[in-house]
Amino acid sequence: MPTVSMTVNGKAVSADVESRTLLVHYIRDHIGLTGTHVGCDTSQCGACVVHVNGKSVKSCSTLAVQAEGADVTTIEGLASGEELHPMQAAFKENHGLQCGFCTPGMVMSAVDLANNMKNLDEATIREQLDGNICRCTGYHNIVKSIKDGAERMGG
Amino acid sequence: MTETGIGAAVRRTEDQRFLTGNGNYTDDINVFGQTYAAFVRSPHAHAKINGINSTAAAAADGVVAILTGEELAADGVGPLICGWNIAGKNGVEAHNSPVHHALAMGKVNYVGDHVALVVAETQAQADSAAEMVEVDYEELPAVIGTGKALNHATTIHEEAPGNMCYDWEIGDASATDAAFANAAHTTTIEIVNNRVIPNAMEPRACLAQFNKGTGDWTLHVTSQNPHVHRLVMSAFNGVAPEHKLRVIAPDVGGGFGSKIFIYAEEVVCTWATRKVGRPIKWTAKRSESFLCDAHGRDHVSKAELALDADGKFLGLRVNTKANLGSYLSTFASAVPTYMYATLLAGTYTTPAIYCDVQGVFTNTAPVDAYRGAGRPEATYLLERVVETAAREMNIDPADLRRRNYIQPDAFPYQTPVVHQYDIGDYGASLDKACDMADVGGFAARRADSESRGKRRGLGYSSYIEACGIAPSAAVGALGGGVGLWESADIRFNATGSVTVMTGTHNHGQGHETAFAQVISEKLGVPIENIEIVEGDTDKGPFGMGTYGSRSIAVGGSAIVKAADKIVEKGKKIAAHCLEAAEDDIEFAGGNFTVAGTDKVMNIAEVAFTAYVPHNYPEGVEPGLHEQAFYDPLNFSFPAGVHICEVEIDPTTGETEIVNYTAVDDFGTIINPMIVEGQVHGGIGQGVGQAMLEGANYDENGQLVTGSYMDYTMPRADNLPNFNVGTTSTPSPLNPLGVKGAGEAGAIASPPAVINAITDACGGAMIDMPATQEKVWQACQAAE
Ligand code: FES
Ligand code: FES
Repeated sequence: MPTVSMTVNGKAVSADVESRTLLVHYIRDHIGLTGTHVGCDTSQCGACVVHVNGKSVKSCSTLAVQAEGADVTTIEGLASGEELHPMQAAFKENHGLQCGFCTPGMVMSAVDLANNMKNLDEATIREQLDGNICRCTGYHNIVKSIKDGAERMGG
Repeated sequence: MTETGIGAAVRRTEDQRFLTGNGNYTDDINVFGQTYAAFVRSPHAHAKINGINSTAAAAADGVVAILTGEELAADGVGPLICGWNIAGKNGVEAHNSPVHHALAMGKVNYVGDHVALVVAETQAQADSAAEMVEVDYEELPAVIGTGKALNHATTIHEEAPGNMCYDWEIGDASATDAAFANAAHTTTIEIVNNRVIPNAMEPRACLAQFNKGTGDWTLHVTSQNPHVHRLVMSAFNGVAPEHKLRVIAPDVGGGFGSKIFIYAEEVVCTWATRKVGRPIKWTAKRSESFLCDAHGRDHVSKAELALDADGKFLGLRVNTKANLGSYLSTFASAVPTYMYATLLAGTYTTPAIYCDVQGVFTNTAPVDAYRGAGRPEATYLLERVVETAAREMNIDPADLRRRNYIQPDAFPYQTPVVHQYDIGDYGASLDKACDMADVGGFAARRADSESRGKRRGLGYSSYIEACGIAPSAAVGALGGGVGLWESADIRFNATGSVTVMTGTHNHGQGHETAFAQVISEKLGVPIENIEIVEGDTDKGPFGMGTYGSRSIAVGGSAIVKAADKIVEKGKKIAAHCLEAAEDDIEFAGGNFTVAGTDKVMNIAEVAFTAYVPHNYPEGVEPGLHEQAFYDPLNFSFPAGVHICEVEIDPTTGETEIVNYTAVDDFGTIINPMIVEGQVHGGIGQGVGQAMLEGANYDENGQLVTGSYMDYTMPRADNLPNFNVGTTSTPSPLNPLGVKGAGEAGAIASPPAVINAITDACGGAMIDMPATQEKVWQACQAAE
């Protein structure tokens, strides 16, 4: 079994895993960070989104070995201590989550979106969010949260 | 209104953990020595099993055990049950109830049906070994199609001749016939309520453990009602005695009904954990969720509405075939009967109603409650027939509804189909919705669309639902096997903080916040000092769980009752300490005061005194800890009007919802932010059903919409922003005046959307989901 090493939320981690191990299972089962979720088996729902070297990636469609040496950020690594990241704070303020299951992926996708595009309008947010499914919110408050979060992030 | 009391848009306390990745969902929990489960599932819709050979699989790497239905039965584990008996026409006392083995016994009845359990050291090992189990199937013809099941050449279950579960009726057939005989106009529609798959984003999961030392089981499970899980699994499945089984439903990632039911997986894993002597975890893959979570809806109906010359409704006659799937799921039988036909009066004064329903078996996944459960089917049928009647009679659809509304002074109002509505003002919701949707400006907007080569349509939906489920005696009289009261337990801690336990369950509804607001309001305790505990049978009192928009109406009422008892006892303690008569003590804002004086004692001090009772009234027990059970007097009846406006490109069939307005009467609202969120989510699911979603089986019973590649979930760019408002007639029948808000959006929206689309397309019927192709065809036909 190969040893796979990377940096997750600023910490060096390493685990011996079968080479077929997906990044999401590496993170959940070997590193023990369960904030990243699995919502499907066809790379459609986005519950598993993390950042690899600063870009959002569906960790269910990436092998752990592909992230060898990478810098990975998961939902657990977003806040600084007790203080929420501006995007997390915006989701809380705008009721952008209900059951919370899609939320880690939504927030990670939203942060990446806000990093890459400025002056986000509603239509763009809706269009860009097509890799993330939420069954609870009807998206209304997610869209509102992302707009607010992007503004808080300085966009 | 205080900042954290009833009516305040308090930001949710539970969000912190969800937003930081610290939620605690079943699959996040791992224990020492844990093994992993995979189920061998039927690839056929209908087949005999002539043998199972697991020799090779058992020898595969990491396999701990392979268990089948024979072993399950040998250990005396009982079949899965349906908890609601439906008596039929002509004095038939019980519905046909085929045995539902948790693991197949010689026969499988749908694709995904459970054949064997494989337990292994890793998930990958369990999955590959499951593929190595050789099952000798002898295929049988499949019964597919809601309208084709009755008296099909193939019978699925011996216990259900002609594939009939029940032939049930409600209402007055002869009065209805008489109404039709006198009608000036009759409108008839044939209508399909499409089958949908719930798709909570967290797949179902369980983790079963047995402690040899104590002889106790612990089951973590994705459940909306952990106490009901424990009760059924002990009383009916017999996997563990009730007092030895602890069921924990931790954070649950959405339910929408699909996590009410007691499924094969948790029963089998709880049985097997003791047998193999190791903890067992099972987590559904999404493809398993598609195949095996109970599906929703799936009706084929004919509806006839009789009207007089002025458009007054005289009678409604309905026949429905309801697909129950291959077996009866936990509450399946009640959904197309008592949850459905009892709502066919809607918000109208229709004096005569008759409905009969044939519940049928097919070789498909079981069908049970899905957000709204029966009420969306009733509302869709009724609001489609009303809209169609308006078009046929050339009456404005809002006006036709207004002419038939039950008037505000008519309550309590007895409908011809069981329910007695407590209160409402349907006209007020319609007026407000028309205003918010700018119905007055529609003609101009339509002209503008047409000038751009587009079509535009407006559709109404005037809905009512029966929530706050439910008065136990009423449920019992209708065949329900359970009481549907709720419990609350309020425990003041000596330091003045409060732990509140209820039998409801939070899986996105914000109970931790909303219930804390109720306590904060009633007992004057700061919200940060209140802990809401749910979902653990070892912690909280027995309770019935969360579904049917019942948590605030029934659970919230139980909390108020328990809070009243706290105040009552607190008065005794305060009276003693303040040297006053108990009758002179007043309680407000967390303070007990002697009327007319400035003598005061805060509830936190009273709590401390109760636990350190050095100076204490005689005959009063120490402690400040009260419990209440609340059985509602009636259902609650949220109602409202939704208006959808669409613009369609007739050259492509592309449909855009350009405006969606919802006005709902939920009575008192505890947290308007949470309630709005519930409405948004419900509309999202309803629009999904109306335009995108549909579970399809081919003629062999293969689910062809078994993944997110084939089953269209609503995504952000399929939905608009929603224009949400409220009216309020507080329910007189519960102490908070609340009605429940969880299902309204899903109930109201499908007919609003389809009425709008058909309005745009020239009025012809379009069945859900109104896909781009169907809409395009309708546009072609209209041009
Ligand atoms: S788990 Fe669904 S996209 Fe990754
Ligand atoms: S909040 Fe539940 S799936 Fe998005």
